[in-house]
Amino acid sequence: MSQLDQVKSETPPQALDRSDVRVRHDEGIRGTVRAFIDRVRSGDLGMLPVAVGLVVISAVFTALNPVYLAPNNLVNLLFDCATVGIISLGIVCVLMLGEIDLSVGSTSGLASALFGSLWVTQGWPLGFALIAALVAGVVIGSLYALLYNRLGMPSFVATLAGLLALLGLQLYILGNAGSINLPYQSPLVMFGQILMMPKWLSHALGVLPGIFTILVGMRVIRRRREANLSAGGMAGLLFKAAVLTAVIEGVVYYLNLGRGVPWMFGLFVALVIIMDYAFTRTKWGRSMQAVGGNKEAARRAGINVRRIYASAFILCSSFAALGGVLAASRLASSSQQAGTGDVNLNAIAAAVIGGTSLFGGRGSAYSALLGIIVIQAIANGLTLLNLSSSLRYMITGAVLAIAVIVDSLARRSRASHGRA
Amino acid sequence: MSDLPDYTQRLGEPVLSLRGISKNFGAVSALTDIELDVHAGEVVALVGDNGAGKSTLVKILAGVHQPSSGVIRFNGQEVALGSPADALNLGIATVFQDLALCENLDVVANIYLGREQEPWRLDEVAMEVRAWTLLNELSARIPSVREPVASLSGGQRQTVAIARSLLLEPKLIMLDEPTAALGVAQTAEVLNLIERVRARGLGVIMISHNMEDVRAVADRIVVLRLGRNSGVFTPEDSNHELVAAITGASENAVSRRMNRKQASEAMQ
Repeated sequence: MSQLDQVKSETPPQALDRSDVRVRHDEGIRGTVRAFIDRVRSGDLGMLPVAVGLVVISAVFTALNPVYLAPNNLVNLLFDCATVGIISLGIVCVLMLGEIDLSVGSTSGLASALFGSLWVTQGWPLGFALIAALVAGVVIGSLYALLYNRLGMPSFVATLAGLLALLGLQLYILGNAGSINLPYQSPLVMFGQILMMPKWLSHALGVLPGIFTILVGMRVIRRRREANLSAGGMAGLLFKAAVLTAVIEGVVYYLNLGRGVPWMFGLFVALVIIMDYAFTRTKWGRSMQAVGGNKEAARRAGINVRRIYASAFILCSSFAALGGVLAASRLASSSQQAGTGDVNLNAIAAAVIGGTSLFGGRGSAYSALLGIIVIQAIANGLTLLNLSSSLRYMITGAVLAIAVIVDSLARRSRASHGRA
Repeated sequence: MSDLPDYTQRLGEPVLSLRGISKNFGAVSALTDIELDVHAGEVVALVGDNGAGKSTLVKILAGVHQPSSGVIRFNGQEVALGSPADALNLGIATVFQDLALCENLDVVANIYLGREQEPWRLDEVAMEVRAWTLLNELSARIPSVREPVASLSGGQRQTVAIARSLLLEPKLIMLDEPTAALGVAQTAEVLNLIERVRARGLGVIMISHNMEDVRAVADRIVVLRLGRNSGVFTPEDSNHELVAAITGASENAVSRRMNRKQASEAMQ
């Protein structure tokens, strides 16, 4: 507080952060646009690849099959997004540190098998079976953290080994039957297949982000003015909130023309918002970014680097386990196929497409949300076209390659523009 | 070396005082019986050739290494620097040669890294105000504290690293080769910065190879040679004496040129 007072009493003629004449300060809507163009040109792409990708994808698939944009198809798409999206949210955590978890698919498959076997075969209560599956995720993550921190095993190798070992464990748990059907009338399967938000609630929730944007933004503007820092105007804030609300309400309205907004997608979005807060507004999130950017600097700053690695691996495996259970509820079965095939790559590709760098230090929770929508939009469109899985794999592989190329090029451009 | 006693008496009690510090790595004596005093508001330059023990001494003061024997007094109290955290808590800040900044984070985040208040609800406004206050006290010219450090020049990064070390309000700050990687203008900027840190009443230990820089800001020049004290000088002392103390030889290129110069002056 004394610092604030001191600064205020001096009252320099300009704002504290506007005294350097060499810097161009972009203000107003025109300035915002100019700053945005500068950012993109220097390789800070933000949401641009996602926006462009979605427009291109929906144009192509709608032209090939008009059903693609039908409300109910989009509702299905959101159901699919939620399961792999939650896995991808965990991937964002490890990618932020410049590490990787290649076993998230197997972890999710194991969690689904464990859950199905405990709940249906062993007759455990649903809640306990769910907790057991999540604990399995925590244990797997702790194991990776141990291998990484104590034995110096690269996460790439440790998780590649885990991919095989966990798949083996999944097959062992499922035994000869190979799959366990989950009861259709159970709340979890209903949650994974048909539970929709009431229309009024989905609209009400859709307004909240805009309201929060305005409230938080006004508080920041007030505090920055008090502290003699430059603050943006109300106009930009209101504009941002209006656009946000219009987009969300538009989507909600369109989905409500069909079956509505799935609760499961609501859960996914809630997790994304929580993780975004954790990444940007907590000391833990700041430490994650620091370790991903410069491990040695973080260590010297007194950050417990090992604990940060452990938290990332554990979160990643736990999210994978949760995603596995939700995938089981979506299919109403725990099977040998759960978590195999393209689940791994889709989860990783989603994070990268959404803007999380493979090289560490850059990422956001929203990249999981945006990226998985792009990935599922492609997968869904290909399914509608009745393409064979050979073609689908090839196309998904190409999309992943393009995403990584964009990331590498953007990184190179950022380096040459001095933006890390 | 004539006016040194007066000078140290004028400064009063030293902030930091080392007596008989030795450090052995196995059979190697890296430091033997080092004596060093640093007063508040004083810049002490630590110079010496490669292997003279400058870095070992800095690491002992930063709490990275522990001395094999000897006494460290800080503010008159005998202290043990068991870990980097101990040194920081006492008020000894170190700016290492590789500045240890996270290039992907902005200036505010770097200054506060590992010392964020309110871990569950970072107060960006308060942190930004404090960052600007620190930078303004140093009269630093940083275009924006919200740009990633990657976009800053070498001198600006040094500024951020120094501002970062001042965050905990230390009493003594150690700078390891602060100008080694910098150009002319940036070096001048950092030397100005060191003077401003001194003006704030901090003790400064500066390690440098560059005699120009040392003469520009140092109040006293402490020379180490082969792990031992090799004399204390003032910036007014001649380069010839300094080089002799650093190399241990009175017969070298500098002294020969000096002799020729004096001889030719005497002839005229």
